[in-house]
Amino acid sequence: MTVPSSHGPSIEQPAIEFDHASFRLNGRPLLQDLVLSVKPGETVVLLGRSGSGKTTTLKLINRLLLPTTGDVRVNGRRTAEWDPIRLRRSIGYVIQDGGLFPHFTVERNIAVVPRIENWPQARVEARVRELLATVGLSEDLASRYPSQLSGGQRQRVGVARALAADPPILILDEAFGALDPITRSQMQKEFRALQRRMRKAVVFVTHDLREALLLADRIALLEEGRLIEDLPVAEFSGSRNPLVRAYVEAFSGP
Amino acid sequence: MNFFQFMMTNRQQVLDLTLEHITLAGVATLLAALVGIPLGILITRVPQLSKPVLGGANIIQTIPSLALFGFLLPAPWIGERAGRLAILALALYALLPLIRNTYAGIRSVDPAVVEAGRAMGLTDRQLLLQVELPLASGVIVAGVRIATVVSIGLATIAAAIGAGGLGEFIFRGLAMVNDQVILAGAVPAALLALLADFVLGTLERRLGSLHLKS
Repeated sequence: MTVPSSHGPSIEQPAIEFDHASFRLNGRPLLQDLVLSVKPGETVVLLGRSGSGKTTTLKLINRLLLPTTGDVRVNGRRTAEWDPIRLRRSIGYVIQDGGLFPHFTVERNIAVVPRIENWPQARVEARVRELLATVGLSEDLASRYPSQLSGGQRQRVGVARALAADPPILILDEAFGALDPITRSQMQKEFRALQRRMRKAVVFVTHDLREALLLADRIALLEEGRLIEDLPVAEFSGSRNPLVRAYVEAFSGP
Repeated sequence: MNFFQFMMTNRQQVLDLTLEHITLAGVATLLAALVGIPLGILITRVPQLSKPVLGGANIIQTIPSLALFGFLLPAPWIGERAGRLAILALALYALLPLIRNTYAGIRSVDPAVVEAGRAMGLTDRQLLLQVELPLASGVIVAGVRIATVVSIGLATIAAAIGAGGLGEFIFRGLAMVNDQVILAGAVPAALLALLADFVLGTLERRLGSLHLKS
């Protein structure tokens, strides 16, 4: 698809661009004047507490929400101008605990988008096998239902499902939040390795600074609907911003 | 003459009335499902309608059945034939469980699953047909089961307006003060209701556990 073969960071058009985007719900501002862009191949982690506007930011990308003021552009086009169905099918979405369809087998869950896009059956099957391997799942699991999987396996299926139609953009909302620490750490490492190969534009939401430091190229810290800091990962921990300091101290441990 | 002898001597009539009874209750439930299930879906999409629709169906249920037959009598075409009248009245009674269960079934689908579907680019129609209705199917079939059992029971009253069915025996037995005749209507009607309850209950459990196989 539109994944570029070379990565000239300066001239590339951003995959996702927030241009003074705000979102209000019943007059209450959930996100205020966000300016942020994500280039192809880049992983931006949105870090923040509950209610900081992280999930709202994600939903503005795939047009589950439209900005009240300002613009959100995906591949240079305002989300309001996109056909929402086409837009969403070009964005992989992973949520906590997978959000899998409980009445579909693993195989059918992964194949949801290819099927609604009317891929030929043989291609769908080949793609499902390929993705099971990509996310480190045995083919024996293909015919199982989500309720028969462990939390880690469900999360892997969730990632495979998001990647199914090879979307150029991937957004993840607390994707590994429901996992035990060991599985979580393993998934984070695998995801990082996967992202190095795929070079998609990734927006990853978390409240966990360690996860952010591990996965991000850039970290954007949100607080009460405002962007507090947007820094390359190497510079983030050194920031003097008091909120960043508070975060770093909270995670530095006893 | 005891109950079994009565049944044997009148078996042709018992059979005819049973078939008539099945037709009345079956057609009424089918009609109610054709209206009630789409209506239940509609009120999940247009929430402002949910209160008036559910309230309306509730009010219908509170009308005494004989009175409802009476209300419908002046209706054109419907009122001309007792069978039509009975089917319409039964269908109206069956509406509430169908609307309510369809609505409740769809509303009970995990919002995270629905949102995941929407975020993946499923259209409203795909979301409804591939996700919401399959996941709600157990609860919807429970509504069909209740509607069917209620219709089979209420259909005995249809005999009061000459629409036939097993109620004929019951009303005749009441007039004759003859328990055997009453039982000849009541027992097959009860058996029908139990059978419908069992068959639909089995289907309901199967659908309910669709995704819980282990």
